[in-house]
Amino acid sequence: MAKPLYTSAEPQRAMTQNGSKIVHAFGALADLGAEVANRSNFQDTIRTSLHLLLGSLGIMRGGVARYSRFEGELSLAAVRGLGDEFPLAFALTREDERAFLQCGTAALEVLDARDLTLLSLNGWILEAKDIELIVPLVVHDELLGMLFIGEKASGDRYSPHDKDIICAMGRHIGVAISQRNLLTELERKADETLKLYDEMRATYSDTVKAFAAAIDSKDKYTEGHSTRVGKYTEIIARELGWVEDEIEGASVAGYLHDVGKLTVERKIINAPYKIDAKESKELNRHPSVGYEILMPIHHPYADVPLAAKYHHERLDGRGYPDGLYDREIPYIAKIVNLADSFDAMTTDRPYKRRRPAHEVVEDLQKNSGLQFAPEITSALLRGILRETTGELKDKRFRRLLGREYMEAENLTPMLRHALDNIGSTQSITLSV
Amino acid sequence: MIHDLEAGTAVAVISEDVFPVSLPSSEPRRSSAAVVYAGDYLNKLSGESVERECRQKIAEGARELIVDFSRTEIVNSIGVSILLGVIDAAKSNGATVMFADVNEGTAELFEMLGVTNHVRLIHN
Repeated sequence: MAKPLYTSAEPQRAMTQNGSKIVHAFGALADLGAEVANRSNFQDTIRTSLHLLLGSLGIMRGGVARYSRFEGELSLAAVRGLGDEFPLAFALTREDERAFLQCGTAALEVLDARDLTLLSLNGWILEAKDIELIVPLVVHDELLGMLFIGEKASGDRYSPHDKDIICAMGRHIGVAISQRNLLTELERKADETLKLYDEMRATYSDTVKAFAAAIDSKDKYTEGHSTRVGKYTEIIARELGWVEDEIEGASVAGYLHDVGKLTVERKIINAPYKIDAKESKELNRHPSVGYEILMPIHHPYADVPLAAKYHHERLDGRGYPDGLYDREIPYIAKIVNLADSFDAMTTDRPYKRRRPAHEVVEDLQKNSGLQFAPEITSALLRGILRETTGELKDKRFRRLLGREYMEAENLTPMLRHALDNIGSTQSITLSV
Repeated sequence: MIHDLEAGTAVAVISEDVFPVSLPSSEPRRSSAAVVYAGDYLNKLSGESVERECRQKIAEGARELIVDFSRTEIVNSIGVSILLGVIDAAKSNGATVMFADVNEGTAELFEMLGVTNHVRLIHN
């Protein structure tokens, strides 16, 4: 009678051990899935993944390589037990890449894959390190990397079942690399977009300044007016606590507020006398014309055309073109109105000299609530005060108005007094 | 950047040197065996420090490494991989490894995966 292959206890023991192996491998697979899904640190994910893979089947050594198609190279991302002499990178031919893509994520016996250039060139080192399997990591028909798998601690050959487990884990590792590649690509594109955006902003800003210079070139007496209004508008917006983007928008509105003057005859703009009613009517068209010019342009800041149209409106309704009252006037137009008036008062004009600092402060105080919004007037005066008291190191007003102007006698107490008075001023809206 | 799993972040590993009783007191105290405690942290990336500690002991002259599992409840795949790294490091330096006080479940796992082909399981 032939001797049975197993004693009665052996099949049961073998079955139990197989079951335990499957449970252990599934545990590793589950851990790997969680690792790939949750970890944000790619390097740690790859290291942990390699440990999980090697530990799932008791593999003595191995490595994970990433593939760069651009460089035609497999570079090791994590290794265990391969020693210093193992190459950090392997060149990969296009033929090898195609071959790996054809077989997908499959465990290839090193001894059976000698036709590949990778193995004909590097077979010796793989053999020296007891690498038995190589596993291409293919996701969405793209080769992303390679697993190098050494011998099992048990000394057994890899069974088809073992290879299935390795491939399942390889697919997870492939997904981790794919996610990393996508993220890197996204980051690169985001950087590129940001760079383009910055360049466009710079171009836009330069264009705006060029327009301002073109506007100002029509009037030899008010050279630099639009630029200064742009800067005053920016200072006021900053004093009002606006955020950087809003400040930049306000500045653009200041630079372009007089764009409509491009269509006004030069002799009217440069008239060295008080212009007559007809000429005044022509000149007063410039806010509406400016609006028409700016409206079709897609500005990053929506209120730019409104600032041009309403920068001559007054809180008391005596402005133009529409005679709007306080809250009917867009806020940005109120700021530009003040910046425009302030520059008119503080620069020489064909028919009058600029007014001394104390007169300007008095005028602003007097017209606060009638022509100018009190909180906006306060913001302008506060900006000047912060400079005269030395609180602000950046001497913006000194650069725009001149040192002499900013060092006018008693300017600081006058500003404080005006700010106190304006603080108690009510907007015209309340009485309309 | 390559990530060698034999390196890793430093984690304190409790270890002690074991000296032969017969060693003359005039001889330099050079350990021939060393104990490294596997602890609870073997099952995560920080467990790589166990392998690093073992390598250090071997470099210091230890020819027998005893990894103590008395405080280790479960060993997962990461733990197995780290321990295989310990075995590999010891083998390539002519040292032997013993696992002490391994519980029954872990012993079965080591046997199933062939780890016991390379180490001896001992009890204190």
